[in-house]
Amino acid sequence: MIPGFPDADPVGGLIGGVMIGVAAAIMLLGLGRIAGVSGLAARSLNLTKAGPSWSVAAIFIVGLALGAAAISLTVGPIEADFPPATGWLVAGGIITGFGTRLGSGCTSGHGVCGMSRLSPRSLIATATFIVSGMATVAIVNLAGGGW
Amino acid sequence: MRQLVLSLISGSLFGAGLAVSGMMDPSRVRGFLDIAGAWDPTLAFVMGGATLVMAVAWLIQKRMDQPLTETAFALPGTQLIDRRLLSGAAFFGVGWGLAGLCPGPAIASLSVNPLPAAIFAGSMIAGMSIFKIVDRPKS
Repeated sequence: MIPGFPDADPVGGLIGGVMIGVAAAIMLLGLGRIAGVSGLAARSLNLTKAGPSWSVAAIFIVGLALGAAAISLTVGPIEADFPPATGWLVAGGIITGFGTRLGSGCTSGHGVCGMSRLSPRSLIATATFIVSGMATVAIVNLAGGGW
Repeated sequence: MRQLVLSLISGSLFGAGLAVSGMMDPSRVRGFLDIAGAWDPTLAFVMGGATLVMAVAWLIQKRMDQPLTETAFALPGTQLIDRRLLSGAAFFGVGWGLAGLCPGPAIASLSVNPLPAAIFAGSMIAGMSIFKIVDRPKS
């Protein structure tokens, strides 16, 4: 626990983060590619030709859901509070899908893989989506839509 | 075949890591973005752990001629900073802030919280498809 931040889970975050890092390292050193979820998702849906073969992308995407299910079955239920209204999920999903394709990446590709590579492109992208996300939450809260 | 096995291991470990890290909880991710409210710094620890491991992986990558199962690395460029990158990242941040979900946790959640995850993922596919349509080169 961190004093002043009773809800934070630094230990779980760090352990999960290391697991994510090892996963991305396997993709990099094993297959020579970036473990970017938005790009691999688009590849698995045949929305782009860029990236690995279709089967490599598709099995990674299936693995994401399998890995989460394995933790939920062995360690215990995964805590999750979703937005209270479906509209948030629909609007958030559409804008996320469009933005990650236009900007060529999301939290995994630009955030984890790009920042650790000290890629200027990914550092700028990550700073941009964090600031934009913070501004969005602040505006939603000001408008009384916080959840 | 070796590629498929490695990709499945990578994806599964990634999904397990998301579950352990708390990043499959949209309200926790939203909490990280809520700096003016009850800020939850957990996401910074996840990013820290993941980038630390990957920083080592990049050092190893520099010493390798080729990846373990392919003949060459296929990596994106690192220098181009253009309007597409900036506006795309800005858009993504808006979607991330609205729903508290990004692509990885959304897809991982399909197995444990199928209904809200499928609504978000379906909308995300719609957004990706819209991009593909509007991005078609004009000629």
